Amino acid sequence: MRWIAIVALVLSVAAQAVVETYEFSDDSYRARYLEFTQVLRCPKCQNQNLADSNAPIAADLRKELHRLLEEGKTDEDITRFMVSRYGDYVLYDPPLEYRTLVLWAGPVVMLLIGLVVVFGLVRKRRPESTDAAIDVHLSDREREQLAQLLKDDKGNA
Amino acid sequence: MTRLKLFIPLIVFLVLAALLWRGLSLDPNYMPSALESKPLPTFSMQTLAGEQVSDADLRGDYAIVNVWATWCPSCHVEHAYLNLLAKQGVIIFGINYKDDPQAARDWLTQRGDPYRFNIVDQEGQLGLDMGVTGAPETYLLSPDGTVLLRHQGPLDARVWAREFEPLIQRAEAG
Repeated sequence: MRWIAIVALVLSVAAQAVVETYEFSDDSYRARYLEFTQVLRCPKCQNQNLADSNAPIAADLRKELHRLLEEGKTDEDITRFMVSRYGDYVLYDPPLEYRTLVLWAGPVVMLLIGLVVVFGLVRKRRPESTDAAIDVHLSDREREQLAQLLKDDKGNA
Repeated sequence: MTRLKLFIPLIVFLVLAALLWRGLSLDPNYMPSALESKPLPTFSMQTLAGEQVSDADLRGDYAIVNVWATWCPSCHVEHAYLNLLAKQGVIIFGINYKDDPQAARDWLTQRGDPYRFNIVDQEGQLGLDMGVTGAPETYLLSPDGTVLLRHQGPLDARVWAREFEPLIQRAEAG
């Protein structure tokens, strides 16, 4: 009984995810269709790709994508088709150009700033700790005194 | 130097506050049109009245192209303003987007018709070529058919005064 419930649950999720079905004359088209619906962003949505969205415009674009694939268009043709109509907005992987520089370089710059800060903190802290740990130059007299003290200490214990 | 360091949290706060304040006034739905400063795509389509028109028929003067449908709630809101604009002499072309042509004709007889003509785009093919993502959308065309501006959402007096009028004035000035 439990198994039936689990199977039913899994199947219902799968049925919901498929918005419409397309026949492909070539299996490679299907693979490219799935790939494109993952990386193209629905123009009407905040953050959904074509595969996830059930907005009418996303359905239109899926239909268009199917048509272009069946016409034998290359990946570049299809990307150009989408970008010429909906701009770089439809690409989840926007090209590197002046406008998108912050987007691409931002994380690297942030990481560098973080590294500089951490490096600065570590460097500032090191002299204090080394002073305490390594700068123990004892003269012969001091060494003798220390040995004496340790011996006394043992004697007391 | 140490005195300066005391102000770092304040500086960080001010920068963050400025960015967040800016973020509040940004519309996350705003999407620049890929068509801006480009000519309209070429087409040849039927109007609601049954005539054949092409992109050349939209040229000649400053004009707006309004994408609308009877199923679109915001189009109900903006229709009265379109009627007003037409009365003021603004040239308005319509694209009846993914709609039932008969329902659209009835709508225009009942509510007034501000459009020079309406292109029937039942499949949304012209809309797709123009990068339309939904209705309503309004495009501002220059006399040579270049798209100067695309506005998503209902058109009203505020949007007209803030976005459309300055562009027309600037374009006419030089």
